[in-house]
Amino acid sequence: MNDKKEKLSTDASDQGEVLIQVKDLRKQFGSNVVLDGISTDIRRGEVVVVIGPSGSGKSTFLRSLNLLEHPTSGQILFEGTDITAPDTDINIHRQKMGMVFQQFNLFPHMTVLKNITLAPVKTGKLSQEEADRKALELLNRVGLPDKADSYPDMLSGGQKQRIAIARAMAMEPDVMLFDEPTSALDPEMVGEVLSIMQELAKSGMTMVVVTHEMGFAREVGSRVLFIDQGRIQEENRPKEFFASPKNQRLKEFLSKVL
Amino acid sequence: MQSFMDSFYQNFIEDHRYMYLVKGLGNTIAITFFALMIGIVLGFLVAIIRSSHDKMDHPGAAIKILNAICKVYLTVIRGTPTVVQIMIAAYVIFTGPNVPKLLIAVITFGINSGAYVAEIVRSGIMSINEGQMEAGRSLGMNYVQTMSSIIMPQAFKNVLPALANEFIVLLKETSICGYIGMMDLAKGGDIIRSVTWEPILPLLGVACIYLIMVCGLSALVGKLERRLRTSER
Repeated sequence: MNDKKEKLSTDASDQGEVLIQVKDLRKQFGSNVVLDGISTDIRRGEVVVVIGPSGSGKSTFLRSLNLLEHPTSGQILFEGTDITAPDTDINIHRQKMGMVFQQFNLFPHMTVLKNITLAPVKTGKLSQEEADRKALELLNRVGLPDKADSYPDMLSGGQKQRIAIARAMAMEPDVMLFDEPTSALDPEMVGEVLSIMQELAKSGMTMVVVTHEMGFAREVGSRVLFIDQGRIQEENRPKEFFASPKNQRLKEFLSKVL
Repeated sequence: MQSFMDSFYQNFIEDHRYMYLVKGLGNTIAITFFALMIGIVLGFLVAIIRSSHDKMDHPGAAIKILNAICKVYLTVIRGTPTVVQIMIAAYVIFTGPNVPKLLIAVITFGINSGAYVAEIVRSGIMSINEGQMEAGRSLGMNYVQTMSSIIMPQAFKNVLPALANEFIVLLKETSICGYIGMMDLAKGGDIIRSVTWEPILPLLGVACIYLIMVCGLSALVGKLERRLRTSER
């Protein structure tokens, strides 16, 4: 934990190489404005926690980062490439951006091992043998070494989400996107997923996490963004963010969730 | 009992009349099998085009045109009776004297079945949670890879009972081939009836053969279904 503290203090948001640069991101569904001009830089090694009320656009923001949602306007530069440009091969960039979903989205017709090895093998990143070896390594890391031959339906929610994290990790991404990873879990399973994420953060993984877990934001986050009405209303390092919020909406929000 | 044996002999054995049924059955099986192949290929293609089009935010011109063609195909084929379709095929389209009737029947039933298979498969694709496609794409797999290794296997399993039903319908529907002068199983029985002036045995015999084939097909599909299901638990 001491390492972590040190990391936080040296990892101020103005240091480190910019991994994702978001420029004036806007998204509209019909006349409904979901994202109203979001700009931010996400640096290597940062753990950016995004909070906000439901319908604030925080999920849409996260899903725009790997283009699961196509922004109406604005730019997203990932490792220097504008991935919103029409001639960009998004598949190549998505291979470097892992994503973990609220509903896990494991492939129910495949074993856990196959779930993890499918993408690395299909995209030509690893051979089946290499992928198998890597998968077993990752299963160890998420604490489920004996589940390789299980099917997703045999697992608990917490186990499913840990497998989903392992699946995303198998592509050796440069950044991991988490879309409310613990929101669909029974309360007693939240901890096991958060501790995997914490361990991941400690290992230096760049993470963007949309969550309602304020404890996680405070403990693990290196920066917290508050999104409301499609805009970043406030951002700060977690300590200041929670201790002295300035934005009125954030104050109201925090008073409700804390 | 004696009269039954006489009747049986007269209808099936005398003059090798059972050969009408054997040859007819051969045609029925051949038409069903090849039409099935055409129907599956055509149906899956149309289903994939239709569902891909529907899922896209801004479909391109090519897929729009393909989708329109598919829609016309589905409307026309599902909106007209199969018996009319096969007569149009035989007497309007393939009018040449050298076109084998078997070929006409295979093409007609294949195209006809394809339309129904397409809608069945499309419903299967649509039944798969959007999150499955998103998970596949978020891992960097392209659309085709995600479709073929994640969406289609699950969709296929979901629609297997409906597909089996379509194949049973197809098998029985080939019995309208008599309309274009082909001898399938039903027509074979009908020929025996017209020769022996004895409707009961030939027609019940034909019905039994269809029933046995359908039961066999159902059992086969049931087995496949169970095998696909156990692979998940």
